[in-house]
Amino acid sequence: MVVAAVAADETVVDSAMSSTHKPIIEVRGAVKRYGEGDASIFALAGVDLTIYPGEYVAIMGPSGSGKSTLMNILGALDNMTSGKYFLDGIEIDSMDENALSIVRGRKIGFIFQSFNLIARTTALANVELPLAYQGIKKDERRKRALKALEVVGLSDRIDHEPTELSGGQQQRVAVARALATRPALLLADEPTGALDSKSTHDLLDLFDQINAAGRTVVVITHEDDVAARAKRVVRMRDGLIISDTLNKGRVA
Amino acid sequence: MNILEIIRFATRGLGTNKLRTALTTMGIAIGVASVIILIAVGNGSSKQIQSSIDRLGTNTITIMANRGGFGRQAASRNTSSKPLTVADAVALSDATKAPDIKQVAPVASTSATCTNGTNTSTPGTFNGTWPAWFEASNTSIAKGSYFTNDDVVQGRRVAVIGNTTATDLFGTSNPIGQEIRCGGIPFTVIGTTTVKGTTGFQDGDSLVVAPLTAVQRSLTGYNSLQSIVVEAKSAKVQDFAQTEINTIMDAQHKVKNTNNRDYRTLNQASLLATSNSNSSVFTVLLGVVAAISLLVGGIGITNIMLVTVIERTREIGIRKAIGAPKGAILSQFLIEATILSLVGGGIGVIGGYIGSHFKIIGIQPVIVPSSVLLAFGVSVLIGLFFGGYPASRAASLRPIEALRHE
Ligand SMILES: Nc1ncnc2c1ncn2[C@@H]1O[C@H](COP(=O)(O)OP(=O)(O)OP(=O)(O)O)[C@@H](O)[C@H]1O
Ligand SMILES: [Mg+2]
Repeated sequence: MVVAAVAADETVVDSAMSSTHKPIIEVRGAVKRYGEGDASIFALAGVDLTIYPGEYVAIMGPSGSGKSTLMNILGALDNMTSGKYFLDGIEIDSMDENALSIVRGRKIGFIFQSFNLIARTTALANVELPLAYQGIKKDERRKRALKALEVVGLSDRIDHEPTELSGGQQQRVAVARALATRPALLLADEPTGALDSKSTHDLLDLFDQINAAGRTVVVITHEDDVAARAKRVVRMRDGLIISDTLNKGRVA
Repeated sequence: MNILEIIRFATRGLGTNKLRTALTTMGIAIGVASVIILIAVGNGSSKQIQSSIDRLGTNTITIMANRGGFGRQAASRNTSSKPLTVADAVALSDATKAPDIKQVAPVASTSATCTNGTNTSTPGTFNGTWPAWFEASNTSIAKGSYFTNDDVVQGRRVAVIGNTTATDLFGTSNPIGQEIRCGGIPFTVIGTTTVKGTTGFQDGDSLVVAPLTAVQRSLTGYNSLQSIVVEAKSAKVQDFAQTEINTIMDAQHKVKNTNNRDYRTLNQASLLATSNSNSSVFTVLLGVVAAISLLVGGIGITNIMLVTVIERTREIGIRKAIGAPKGAILSQFLIEATILSLVGGGIGVIGGYIGSHFKIIGIQPVIVPSSVLLAFGVSVLIGLFFGGYPASRAASLRPIEALRHE
């Protein structure tokens, strides 16, 4: 792939926010290269992105533009070939695996397109899992998991295993699991990709609610109506950010 | 994240695929049990040989006539071949010529059917001998008494009988003082021997022993003896006793060429050495078979552990993505492997103990404690290593790599 010299000059930084807050996400010169030599591909070709606490950002772009790659790096699930990443002021790119697992557990809630629930494990146990890895006591854990499941409207399904739930319900369990640790940052890679319009609508309402409660939400999507719910839309192409705009209707 | 929590994850992990868990456990159990049982069989067989040799008495040397051979050896044999006689036994009893010989017992054997009314019994061994035979052959008396030198001198028709013969002829009633007929000749039972058990095919308790003179007079005639049993003073001086026997017997039988004797000697010590080495070869062979079965079991565990971890790489990715530290994941898999191998190994040990209670190919297995430890230890180590290694690799992956795994 040719690293296109598309200048990211359309980028609009929310100056009002930058003056009052420290960024929760700060990425500088993120490069992700797959493969070696001539056959190598730049999934990210030098991305700068700053997101402030409380923002609701949608990332859009054609297939293969590097959205998932960026998201995985933001979620500390993957490493960069080069670049700097600060999450809530902490430098992530130089951390070892063990320290990263703590960051993932404490700061980030990740929602996958394919749900990624643990099979043959009840909804409640799935939601409790990240809390267990944080060493939270059983009673407290149960209380928080039940609360999170209540928020996503699944109080009546807590004993169901993933195979006994619809796609929308599974995704809501995944959201509950991401919320249970009360992360500052909620990342979702095409969370509605496998859902019908009703489930999509419910999930977006949930995201609104979560964002209204003060959490930062970053969503990858292909769908304009999903992006329309966000306050800021970042567009990517060929591993670069080509536009970064505020969603006037929402912010107002 | 405390250890109890991880143990809970591990048991849940095992519970999600019960069939696989059961099969792995069974593989380990069978491996462990077979090691324990096979080694116990080897050990049992050497114990059995040992005890039958002990029973024979290790200080004894048996002299037998070298007769009835064919071929080159028989043709070139000294023509003045003499049978064994009481005179030989008397000569061997000379304390100055044979200072290392404790006692001597000439034995005349026959086969005769004994009766008591309508009950009959054909003893496997029917010996006419001297009282010294009892000690030399490690035979002791359970009830009644031995016969005496006086009985021999007088040629009294008294007999000591073995347990099998006693049961055949008298059932549960007391045989002492009763009269039996052997080959038509009446003998008064004066004692029974302590139970010896069976050696190979021979029932050591199917036995009648009577004074030599009585047996010779009424059953075998005076011509020849079956054997002469010589007891050395101790196992240490057995070689000296052997030399003394050869010197005396060569003189008695006018042997010119010591490579061509008309008698041969059977040394219990050399018998012991051979059979011991035989049985240790047997034990080693069984041990090798057992080790192979443990190895096969181990490969089974390894295989299942590998499959389990590979199959669950995605799950590992999910767990890591929601904040599981590497240690927690590794511990979970290690505990799963440990539970599997502990439970499997435990069942195997129990199975081994139970299995060792049964006779296998006529051998009563005797458990070797170190084999239990070995089998159990090896199975646990295999489980830990081969469960731990792939788990550790998977736990070290970046979550995204584990998640991409299909
Ligand atoms: N593991 C990998 N190995 C090699 N190339 C990869 C790998 N993952 C992604 N890529 C490449 O990196 C580029 C960006 O992929 P990415 O998954 O980030 O795209 P995306 O924007 O999420 O696309 P989509 O909308 O289809 O999900 C693509 O060209 C892809 O082929
Ligand atoms: Mg994608």
